[in-house]
Amino acid sequence: MARTPGPTLPSTEPIRRWTLERVHRPTILAQAIVTVASVLLGLVLGGIIMIIAGENPFEVYRAMFTGAFSGEYNLSETLVKTIPLLLTGLGVSIAFRMQLWNIGAEGQFYFGAIFASGVAIFWLPDAGPWVVIPAMMVAGMVGGALWGAIPGALRGYLGVNETITTLMMNYVAILVAEYLVHGPWRDPMAFGFPGTESFSEATYLPTWGTTRVHLGLIFGLVAAIVLSVVFRRTRWGYEIGVTGASERVAQYAGMRTARNIVLVLAFSGALAGLAGMAEVAGINHSLQRGLSPGYGYTAIIVAWLGRLNPAGIVVVSFLLAGLLVGGDQLQITLGLPSAIAPMLQGVILFCLLAGDFFTRYRVTRVRAIAPAPASGEAAS
Amino acid sequence: MSEVLTLGFLTSVLAAAVASGAALLYAALGETLAERSGVLNLGVEGMMLMGALAGFMVCTWTGSAWIGVFGAIVAGGLMALIHAVLTVTLQANQVVSGLALTLFGQGLSAYLGASYVGKAPPKSFTKIAIPVLSDIPRIGTIFFRQDALVYLGYVTVPLLWWYVYRTRPGLKLRAIGENPATADAMGIDVARMRYIYVVIGGAFAGIGGAVISLATNPGWSENMTAGRGWIAVALVIFGMWNPARVAAGALLFGAVEAAQFRLQGVNVPVSSFFLNMLPYLFTIVVLVFATQQSRAQRLGSPAALGKPYVREER
Amino acid sequence: MTGALPERSPAGDEAIGLYGVTKRFGPVTANRDVTFSAAWGEVHALVGENGAGKSTLMSILAGLYRPDSGIVRIDGRPVDFRSPGDARAAGVGMVYQHFMLVESFTVTENVMLGDPSSGLRLDAAAVDADLRRLSAAYGLDVDPNARIWQLSVGERQRVEIVRSLHQGARILVLDEPTAVLTPGESEQLIRTLRGMAAEGFCIIFISHKLDEVLAVADRISVLRRGELIGTVPSAGTTRRDLARMMVGRELAGTLLDEGEAPPHPAGPVVLSVDHLSANGDKGVPALREVSFEIRAGETLGIAGVAGNGQRELGEVIAGMRRPTHGRVRLGERDITNWHPREVAAAGVAHVPEDRLGTGLAPTMEVDQNAILRAYERKPIARGSFLVASAVDRFTDGLIERFDVKTPSRSTAVRDLSGGNQQKLLIARELAGEPRAIVAVHPTRGVDVGAAEVIHDVLRAQRERGAATLLVSEDLEELLALCDRILVLAGGEVMGAVRAHGADIEVIGEMMAGTPLDRVESVAQGALAGGANANG
Repeated sequence: MARTPGPTLPSTEPIRRWTLERVHRPTILAQAIVTVASVLLGLVLGGIIMIIAGENPFEVYRAMFTGAFSGEYNLSETLVKTIPLLLTGLGVSIAFRMQLWNIGAEGQFYFGAIFASGVAIFWLPDAGPWVVIPAMMVAGMVGGALWGAIPGALRGYLGVNETITTLMMNYVAILVAEYLVHGPWRDPMAFGFPGTESFSEATYLPTWGTTRVHLGLIFGLVAAIVLSVVFRRTRWGYEIGVTGASERVAQYAGMRTARNIVLVLAFSGALAGLAGMAEVAGINHSLQRGLSPGYGYTAIIVAWLGRLNPAGIVVVSFLLAGLLVGGDQLQITLGLPSAIAPMLQGVILFCLLAGDFFTRYRVTRVRAIAPAPASGEAAS
Repeated sequence: MSEVLTLGFLTSVLAAAVASGAALLYAALGETLAERSGVLNLGVEGMMLMGALAGFMVCTWTGSAWIGVFGAIVAGGLMALIHAVLTVTLQANQVVSGLALTLFGQGLSAYLGASYVGKAPPKSFTKIAIPVLSDIPRIGTIFFRQDALVYLGYVTVPLLWWYVYRTRPGLKLRAIGENPATADAMGIDVARMRYIYVVIGGAFAGIGGAVISLATNPGWSENMTAGRGWIAVALVIFGMWNPARVAAGALLFGAVEAAQFRLQGVNVPVSSFFLNMLPYLFTIVVLVFATQQSRAQRLGSPAALGKPYVREER
Repeated sequence: MTGALPERSPAGDEAIGLYGVTKRFGPVTANRDVTFSAAWGEVHALVGENGAGKSTLMSILAGLYRPDSGIVRIDGRPVDFRSPGDARAAGVGMVYQHFMLVESFTVTENVMLGDPSSGLRLDAAAVDADLRRLSAAYGLDVDPNARIWQLSVGERQRVEIVRSLHQGARILVLDEPTAVLTPGESEQLIRTLRGMAAEGFCIIFISHKLDEVLAVADRISVLRRGELIGTVPSAGTTRRDLARMMVGRELAGTLLDEGEAPPHPAGPVVLSVDHLSANGDKGVPALREVSFEIRAGETLGIAGVAGNGQRELGEVIAGMRRPTHGRVRLGERDITNWHPREVAAAGVAHVPEDRLGTGLAPTMEVDQNAILRAYERKPIARGSFLVASAVDRFTDGLIERFDVKTPSRSTAVRDLSGGNQQKLLIARELAGEPRAIVAVHPTRGVDVGAAEVIHDVLRAQRERGAATLLVSEDLEELLALCDRILVLAGGEVMGAVRAHGADIEVIGEMMAGTPLDRVESVAQGALAGGANANG
């Protein structure tokens, strides 16, 4: 029974009564229906809020949609925002699959950007693109992996709650970036705007035509494919699945849980770090403060809405990027705050969380049945 | 550097620490109650923002800052109610729900508050010097030349401490966070209690927001809490779920914030960043420490924190 | 009622009485027309095997269930408990096996938690004083300021008792109280309980340990399969009498096999355990110096009431639990402390007691569970990858060989029936042709058809030459499948007998805690068999 009412006596007659029965495995169809329904319901509720605030939701949504998807420029900007969301979303989903609540993607993103920038500025300032870009990619992944592995080790070997440690690490990472950008790595020639010097052109990720859509998109799509292969087809992916489903079964099978926890969080961080690298190498071309407008946190929404499924995450990251870009455009076209985007994200997510409940439980009628006999210790 | 270490400088830093720590204090105290009941609410930032906006708006409409605070309480409580419904009744993942709440609060507050940006509230909480006490050298300046909400905070902390550790409802609160199954067996309605404490937590977060928009930085601007909600979450752990320690932590974090602000003016180069990092690093250390007490010796987190409670069939 | 000592009802008057109490849960009748009573000043024991109906009866006394029919009387007056609160108010105090204590609280705080009185302030001092008074009055040494995590299991139990007394209990019901105690603590508890009875309390002591029951109780009521078989005074009753009542005459005799005993397996020793000791989850010793050997083609049964070390024995052998002392050997190799993966690779199959929480991941699909042991080897693994077609073939093979009924390979294991889950689990474990099999309660909660299949499988393994350790609570199953039966009680080996021609009463007595050499039975065949077996 899911409810926790006060301590009343269960009825003793074998009556038929309504109860909530746990559904063992929500079907993909059920999950998809709930996802779509939540998005729609979220838009409706958001619309209601807009009406209360005196706006016409249809106009707002139309402006957002056009701003995000109509026209080559808008669409390309949406793709630009898709890149970091896709990569960080994929990263976060790896950890979530193992029931590890990595909310440190933001910090891992920054650390990837830091490491990649370090390579670009100090280690290989003069190298050609075929050398420096892969080097930056590796550096970005290493940076992010490191930032994920630390809370991973704390959790795997010391049992420390990863939700809080990863959160704290976000702050530390952002502060490290700020320190570097205001201090030792500061570009002496840029007055006012704190940032490092610009990277050499060799580091610029190739872009698509005249848009800003850069190679990072390919990174993301490749990562999505790699991940779905890893999850479904590799031994390690299998171990993650088993450990996430039941730690005890993993122990019984002899899987090295502590090591896997560290690896998973490192892998998770590596993808976020790659996102950071892609952002500095593809868009900013230098390390600046305010590099990420909260991608790491939005990534969690992306991963959840995408049901931790790489294909789902690809789709959702694109849609959420559209939401962000559309929201930004609202400022220009309608003079409305772009904050509508996170507000809608929040509402949609609420609907999804609520809807999920109904995929896990089903209201049925049941005859009162005996409780399961106690197992183990000398039960009578 | 010498001008930094004068007593006058330190005093002014500490006074600012108390003032800016007040927002953190309220939010952290509220989250302490919620977490003590076993529910993790990462939506503090969103709740604080809504509280800040609501406080400002209501004050603008009614002309009274105190009624504004009341509005902030309602706003924070309603936000928290969403989280409570999702996590307690619908057993949703607490981390994701809290994050959704933060996003929602950030977005909604910025949206609804757009037309209020840059305006000043008709009234705000100004600093009141308490007679006699405020004349004590140094201590008086630090603690007794503050605004009414800070003074309310002075009273709230011991009251909350007493409530948690010395009253029957406080005992029950601790029980549902430690061992909800046992509490249930003792006849305590776990779900109802969790609802209540999560909503109260939201109300406190609302007050914390109002402190910012009606006392510290009267006015409204988008995202004006600037991450304080997240710091409040860290504070709860730093304070090991003990209201008195949380208060001390709020002062500490407030001091770091105040010091950093002042140090920027003085040419102390980069140490301010590391100063800023320390609270977060400390929190990690505290958490490691709290986890490493032998399993039974829980000086650390409420044992059932983060896990939905479902009564087993007898 | 926090202070006053219970008013002294004249000893001998009925304190609690059940008359014709029946309780059904759907098709299962847990208690059928049970009538018994216990008096003030008496220690009354309730004994019976698992499934006999003791917990249900206790839950009725505790106010958790209402009987379908029959009357419950407290102090001569009929009562109708609608909640545990009613039972407490009537003076019934329960002490369960799983303590309802918050570990980080002090004793006083825990007692205050259950206190029905309201009032904002906590008056710890008053509770503290009362606890000390009760403590002194009844010899229950409890420090009100201690935190529960600091206390040993025995001390925690005392806290539970003192809490009940504080709440005004005059009738104490204790469920298997000595299951988690050391022998010393058990003796102390028994002394305490006798002392309390002398003060006028009515104590109901639920147990399956016949020695203790005879030591502590004035009268003993025996339950079997939901019915009360009889109530006897402890004076003049022997363990054998009780064992006979508990186990039932109908078993004894049906398995006195005519004909020859099958030849005793004489192959090499495959699995052996030497002075093995280990602690359970709560830190209390679960296994004490257990030794035995199993030869190729032999099945050794482990009998004993659940909770006497059987689960821990399986876990130690499989590498999931570290022993505190002793060795485990597979053939000549010492596999003590080996990692579960290595143990499995060496050819030891482990069918755990807890199939859904340990052996199978309930939310995962059938095929994902099927490859749990095989995912690192060919043909399923190729390098770091899993070959989907090989997984499918392997899973299909298991499903066919063991007749696992499942709609598809991708069905979640949780959706299968208990029997099919168990068949899948066993199929998986046996797929690697193991040399040794550790099967713990393999047919528990399994329908008859599936149980038959499992029995056939185990017999086939025996033919194949595997050494099998079969833990079961079902004596019939053990007698049917095993060559020898070893009995564990309290984590110690009581003795081993040959299954063929075994005397049920002897086994029953051993299960109740009597070592073989002290068993009163004089059945020649059983003793002779016992002398031949490993002890």
